[in-house]
Amino acid sequence: MGLKKRSPTFYILAAFFALFVLFMYGPMFAIFTLSLQGQNGALTFPVRSFGFYWIKSLFLQQQRIGDFGAAFQRSLLLGLIVMALTVLIGLMAGLGFRRRFTGSRIIFYLTISSLIVPSVLVSLGIGIAFSLLGIETNWYSSGLAGHLTWTLPFAFLIMIGVFNRFNLSYEEAARDLGASEWQAFKEIILPLIAPSLIGVALFGFTLSYDEFTRTSLISGGRNTLPLEIFGMTTNVTTPALYALGTVTTAFSFCIIGIAFAAFQFFSHRQQQ
Amino acid sequence: MLKSWKSVEPYLLVTPQTLVFLLFLVFPIATIFIVSFWEFTGYSMTPGFTLENYRNIFTSQVSLATYLNTFKFVGLVWFFTLIIGFPVAYFLAFYIDSLRWQIILFLVCTIPFWTSNIIRMISWIPFLGREGLLNKLLMGIGLTSQPIDIFLFSDFAVVLAMVHLYTLFMIVPIFNSLMRIDRNLIAAAEDTGASGFQVFKEVILPLSQPGIAIGSIFVVTLTMGEFVTVRLMSGGQAASVGYLIRNQIGSLQYPLAAANAIILLIVTLAIIFGILRTIDIRKEL
Repeated sequence: MGLKKRSPTFYILAAFFALFVLFMYGPMFAIFTLSLQGQNGALTFPVRSFGFYWIKSLFLQQQRIGDFGAAFQRSLLLGLIVMALTVLIGLMAGLGFRRRFTGSRIIFYLTISSLIVPSVLVSLGIGIAFSLLGIETNWYSSGLAGHLTWTLPFAFLIMIGVFNRFNLSYEEAARDLGASEWQAFKEIILPLIAPSLIGVALFGFTLSYDEFTRTSLISGGRNTLPLEIFGMTTNVTTPALYALGTVTTAFSFCIIGIAFAAFQFFSHRQQQ
Repeated sequence: MLKSWKSVEPYLLVTPQTLVFLLFLVFPIATIFIVSFWEFTGYSMTPGFTLENYRNIFTSQVSLATYLNTFKFVGLVWFFTLIIGFPVAYFLAFYIDSLRWQIILFLVCTIPFWTSNIIRMISWIPFLGREGLLNKLLMGIGLTSQPIDIFLFSDFAVVLAMVHLYTLFMIVPIFNSLMRIDRNLIAAAEDTGASGFQVFKEVILPLSQPGIAIGSIFVVTLTMGEFVTVRLMSGGQAASVGYLIRNQIGSLQYPLAAANAIILLIVTLAIIFGILRTIDIRKEL
């Protein structure tokens, strides 16, 4: 692996990489900074004063910045439902795909196609289909459906990748020793793939929590959090907008942190 | 009995997932297809068969310009995500020796994927706005005496934000391809006298092609139907097919929106099949 180590190319690429990281995170830190201002804060630099005025206003003065609390609760609940369904359905599909079966190619491409269909079509299609069938759209029905079309392909790809590298000899050994199908699954397969399932859960929750396009036409009367924030971009001209960004991003980071901790825990247990 | 169970088992396991996609992907798109031939009477749609919606789109200068503008966005975003994504993936795959650091830096690249796109767009305001850092900088070094309005709410801002959002869709597949390259191949090329550049051109670049293809598919798809970034970063001034569809739905012109959606889908799939001819994705998992 020691390819041209510490050559000039290394430093050029390292500098490029550093610039890229700055490009990815710079703007985010800018709004973190600007959200931590006093009452006289504005949308642009310089920071006029330091304080938690805008963060507090998010929680105290709901009427000024839309219904942040209710939208957050909806998104949280929806994210958890999508996460649970994504893990369950994705795991089942992954198990099914361990053997080639007639029609597996079609189902494979059907799943992948959900990733490559422009999101606006999913939203529009579900919207029109629901309205023609006379079913009311809602974040927990049509919205949930739209989210699953987005999270399941990722779950599926992760599961296929996991089972492609999966060593069958463990569970065969278990079966040879008299374990039932269910026991082999519960005692052997599940612990081995637990870290990957955490990954699937992370995808399921965060992709749902942040989803916009596939939800936008089919969330019904009540907005999910990203839709609510999008609405605010047009009428909120104070750092409250950034405060919202800071709080939701901090929440995302917490989720990512929890997922990594769980991932570490399960991989560690696996090695023992 | 056991044998028949074995043959049914995979089908049962993939049933929930297949149902989700049949009900919420195939059926809705079929509905769009049907509705695209319906008539629009000014305020509602009525079942029927007319090619009027498609004729409208193909004969309108506005929609032609909108499609061209969308292709412009797709082309620019694809180009920039590739020339930014490839070196980043290449650096991670070949220049970071310790696995630990490789994982850490890879995560640094992918974490933004798990945060909100809307927030990431909003975060450009302090940089690009009239009072933003970029204008202050340009005025500070005397390049301009007046703040320039076009940074925010412009095509430039749209492309910048999309590149910012979608580069990691390019990095991950390319990184994946680069990591699969057998390091012995490179050693062999070097032993037989290939220069660093030759190794890159003859070994690494061809073998990273599947990753580039998959990344390109992601970026093209994400950009083709975009309307949020277009709406937010252009202040509603730029045009894209996704945004057009969104507006037509807003004014309840469902058949017209449906016809546009079908054309958008066909164009997107044509590009994707063009890219797919070069690789077999099932090998990449």
